[in-house]
Order: sequence, then structure tokens, then C-alpha cells
Amino acid sequence: MLAVQVKRENVLVLAHLYFSTVALMIGAVFGFLQALSRAHWASAPVWFDYYRMLTAHGVLMAIVFTTFFICGLATLLTYRAIPRERALGLGWAAWWLMVLGTVAAAYTILNGNATVLYTFYAPLKAHPAFYIGTTALVIGTWLVALDIALNAAWFWRTHRGERLPLVVHGSLCTFVMWFIATIGVAIEMLFFLIPWSLGWTPTINVMMTRMLFWYFGHPLVYFWIMGAYLIWYNIVPLHYGGKVFSDSLTRLAFLLLLILSTPVGIHHEFLEPGIAAGWKWLHTMNTYGVVVPSIMTAFVIFASFEVSAQARGIKGFWSTIRSLPWSNPAFSGPALGMILFIFGGFGGIVNASYSMDAIVHNTMWIVGHFHITVGGPVALTFVGTAYWLIPRLTGRRLWAPKLALAQTYSWFVGMAIMSTAMHWAGILGSPRRTDDVTYVGTAAANAWMGEMHWAAIGGGILFLSIIMFALVAFGTLFTERDESQAIVFAAVDEHAAQTPAFMDRIGSWGLAAIVLALLAYAGPIHDLLSMHTFGAPGMRTW
Amino acid sequence: MHRAEKIWIGFGIGMLIVFLIIIGAAAVSENMIPPSHVQTIDPTKVAQTPPFDHPGLRQVGPKTYEAYIIAHIFAFDPPSITVPAGSRVTFYTTSPDVVHGFFIANTAVNMMVVPGWVSSATHVFRTPGSYLLLCNEYCGTGHHYMYGSVEVK
Repeated sequence: MLAVQVKRENVLVLAHLYFSTVALMIGAVFGFLQALSRAHWASAPVWFDYYRMLTAHGVLMAIVFTTFFICGLATLLTYRAIPRERALGLGWAAWWLMVLGTVAAAYTILNGNATVLYTFYAPLKAHPAFYIGTTALVIGTWLVALDIALNAAWFWRTHRGERLPLVVHGSLCTFVMWFIATIGVAIEMLFFLIPWSLGWTPTINVMMTRMLFWYFGHPLVYFWIMGAYLIWYNIVPLHYGGKVFSDSLTRLAFLLLLILSTPVGIHHEFLEPGIAAGWKWLHTMNTYGVVVPSIMTAFVIFASFEVSAQARGIKGFWSTIRSLPWSNPAFSGPALGMILFIFGGFGGIVNASYSMDAIVHNTMWIVGHFHITVGGPVALTFVGTAYWLIPRLTGRRLWAPKLALAQTYSWFVGMAIMSTAMHWAGILGSPRRTDDVTYVGTAAANAWMGEMHWAAIGGGILFLSIIMFALVAFGTLFTERDESQAIVFAAVDEHAAQTPAFMDRIGSWGLAAIVLALLAYAGPIHDLLSMHTFGAPGMRTW
Repeated sequence: MHRAEKIWIGFGIGMLIVFLIIIGAAAVSENMIPPSHVQTIDPTKVAQTPPFDHPGLRQVGPKTYEAYIIAHIFAFDPPSITVPAGSRVTFYTTSPDVVHGFFIANTAVNMMVVPGWVSSATHVFRTPGSYLLLCNEYCGTGHHYMYGSVEVK
């Protein structure tokens, strides 16, 4: 009976993973064209403009690809760790709502009625279908969160005194954080953008929409990272025969991310008017808090490598690194991503430091930064893990594993080249989100155009890499059946210490997260509401 | 917890404390605080509101200037200002339409220009040359044509 149940669940997870893959493929085409266009190697087709492509690329890659993958992953982790007969109505309702929302928003963008980029800053005014579609996508993810919470609640009810499985703990923390963060963008949509785009309200409070957006915008990046961490902690050790080094550190890392992700958003608004310096400073201090779970994660991962190598009699740093399964794409993807993440972390510290941020804000540096974070560790972890997940979910052999392996390495090389060029162009002053950066041949522009060529070379490699991924992902649907591959999660090392009980109280931690978010935002929002501000009418400037 | 875990968490928290002390001390002793300017303006009446009804450069002291520049789709008004080397220029900018960026390449003058608000930043131009002023926030189809210059003689 349970075997049939598992098969039905697998279909739901596959639906998420393949929708995510399609978003990645379409987004990649636009990304490649942008890189060519910026380097002046080829211009976009006349029927299609740069900023429309850029909007589609941002929405499909940063929002759709990541969100669908994480929803599929967390659903899988929860269902497998809590095996039982369950109805999948809620899971499918979530998927359909997310798909319909995405299709509505994507259609509006491609039609040219929502060229507002993925940050949709008012008073640029898109067609209502764009705002309503993205809101539906977000509400769909809330249903996923509800599904995970209901399964956790069932577990607590029926397994009194037992600890929530590690993967469910991580998934639940991720989605509690996500729910708290997305309330910001939901308020922005429901109370500001949607009524305004429908013509019910004439003007909009621009700074309020920006603050609500960034209340959500920064935790969004931790949502991606928590998705990657779920894999790094619980799945990656399987590939080298390792274990989770510590149950307590793993749980604590997710709890810290849950409470520290939200009260930091104003560090995206350092250079904006209307926010007092003190609030910007407070959010800077909070931003550095995330150092702690990051350092812990780095430790647990390397400790797991080391313990596993020592069990096989391997000693020393380089011998340990060499002993890892670098020819398994499910390992090489996440592991190469971890290497890129080191540089992403360095860049993040620069961005969070307001005096340095003034030099790099809205330059290509920022684009380089998020490509080496979400496009590096997060995306590489997801595609690498897809090579492990898809065969197990479909019950088929992985098609062309060598191609899959080459895909992970080519992505690493392409991203390293493209991101380095973008970072450097940014230091030279090249703006982000700009079609043509030649500025009639001024000296400053000439200095950064060379980097645009390197970015296009890196972008070309990445494009080929995504084609390789798509071939393997879809090719695996047609290979011979092999039902012997099981989905299990890494066990906790038997020497790990006992986990304290306070780490099980996710509800209390969620409450603490809400209190911290309120403390961080009550002041600046009160300021905005108590000042005499002027609304701005909407505009279509494309 | 494992001894190594405790040491490592201690290291992480210690690093955090060092960061916070450095930023805190710099804020208190060197006044190194985030840039901020809180001033509102009616975005539909920018052209009638002083001082933006006469945008441009004003000298307010020896080698000290104030520059009032409107950022609108898809140009800066005025597109160019000229100051002598060594001038201290405080820029004030606002937008009558959508959000723009106000960025002078190779300086730390980098502001978001938000309709309804006035942004401000100060810079001392020591080296003569032509500085590229550009919009670094997407504002519409002609965004990449939105640029100007600061000429330092």
C-alpha cells in the first residue's frame, strides 16, 4: 500500500522539479542573449527588447526556478521522513496555484506588459495580471508550507516524546521563515500594487512599497540558501558514505536562519532617501548576525568530510579532499557550489558595509554577487542533486552520467569567469540593468567594456551547461527502468552529542522571528507613516 | 555538545562581536554612519518647487557648491555641471516620474532617486577630468541613454 503512496508522492515532487527545469531553460536563453547584447556581439531580435528579457530572466531564474525546486525538495523530505497514508490534494492545489500564477505573470511579461524587472519597483506600473500572478505563486507556496506544518503536527501528535526527523525540522524552519518573509510582499501586493494597478487608488507610497519589498527581498536569498543547506546537511554526505556530523548544530543552524533572515532588509536601501541613518545602521548590525549560522555550516560540512575520511583511514587535508567522489555529479555539483560560496560570502560582507556599498551599489558588482551565490552554490546544488533525485523519483537510470558530470564542471568554470568579470566591471563603475553601457565611448565606459566580453564568454559556457542539464533531465525520462535506487537521508554520526530540547520548539523560534522582524521594522515604518509624504502616480515608461 | 563544536561556535560569535565593535566604534568616533537624507517633495510639482524650479549649480562658499539636478526619463537636468578642481559639491536630486539612480563613476556618489523624496550626497572633486554621471536604476526603454557629466577643470 505504502509503495503505491510513495509513487503518487513522487509524481508531485517531479512536477515541481520539471517545472523548475523548464523555467531554468527559458531563463537561460534570455540570460545568454543579454550577455551577448551587453558585449555588443549580437543585438537582441528587434521584436524583443533587452529589458523585457531581463525581467523574464530575473523572474524565471530567481523566483520560479528556485521556488519550485525548494517546494519540491521540502515536500519530498517531509513525505519520506514521515511515511504514512496521506491525501495529496493540498500538495497538488499548491502546485497548480503556483503554476497558474507563474503562467499569468510570464505571459504578461513576454507580452511586453510588465517590463518592470523582478523587483517591480513602483511607480513603474505593470498590467494587473503580473501582480496577481506573482501573488498567486506566493500563496501557492504558503499551501506548501501548510502541508509541511500539517505533516509535522501529525508526527508530533502520533509520536509523543519523539524528535522531529532532521530533514523535516530543516524543511519546517525554511518554510516558517519563508511565510514570515513573504507576508511583506503579500501586503505590498494586496494593499498597494494590485489596487493601484487596477486603478482603484490613484497614487502609491513609493518608499513604503520599497521597504515592504526588501522586507521580503533579503530573506528570499536565505530561502534559497536554506534549500541548499537542506541538501548539504542531509543528502551530500550520502555520496561519500558520510554522516551528519551533528544533529544539534544542524538544527541550530536552521533555527538561527529562521530568526536572523528577516530583520535585515534595509541593508538593500542604504542609498535611499527617507530612511533615517539609525535604522540603516540597526539593520547593518543585524545583517552580520548571519555570520554565525554560516560559520557553523562550513564547520559541519568539513567535519563530516573529515570524519568519513578518517573512518576509511585517510588523514590530512588534501588526502581528505582527494578522497571525495569528484566524479559523481550529485557530489561535484554541490561541492563546486560550496567553493563558489566562499567568494559569495566575501562579496556579501562588502555589500553589507555601507561605506563600501556606496561604491558598488547598483553596479555590475551586485550582479556578479548574486550570480556567484544563487547562480553558483544554490543552482549548482539543485542541478547536481537533480541527478540524484530524478532517477530515484522516476525509477529510471540516469541518462549520460558523464554529460551530467561535465555539466557541473562547465557551470563552475562559466560562473567563475562571468562572475569575476561582473565584479570587476562593477568596481570600474559599470551599471547593472542597462542595455547599452558604452555611453558614447567615454573613458570610464571603455574601461569596463573589456569585462563585458569576458562576461559573455562565461555566459556562453553557462548556456551550454544548461543545455547539457536539460538533455540529462529529459533524457532520464526515457532510460531503462531501475527501481533499486532508494531515497534515504544521511544518518547522524553516532558520536554526536545529545540535542537540547529547546531546539525542538520551532513555534517559539518562529514567534521570536516575528518579534525581531517587528522590532526592526516598526521604527522605519512608523517614520514613513507619520511623515507628510506624497504619493506618486503610476507610469509605463517602456 | 562536542568540544570542537563549542570552540567553533565561540569563534563564530567572537567574529561577530569583533565586526559589531568595529562598526559601532567607527559610527561613534568617526561618525561613519550610513548616508541618509529625509526630505519630501510633491513629485507632480517638481518643476514648480524651489529650488528645483531652477535646477543647476550654486556656489555657496569658496570652492563649495550645491548642485540641484532633476533626474527624469531619460535625462538629467542639467545634464552637465562644471566645477574647479578641489571643489566640495553637495548634490540634491529628485524625480518627477519613476525611480532613477544617480551615480558618478569612480566616486562614491551613488543615490537612489525616488519620486516624492529628495536624495543628497557630498563629494570633493580633487582630480581634474570628466566624470561620467549615469542612471544606474532601470527606469524604462531609454534608461541607457540617461547620462551626463561632472566636468572638473
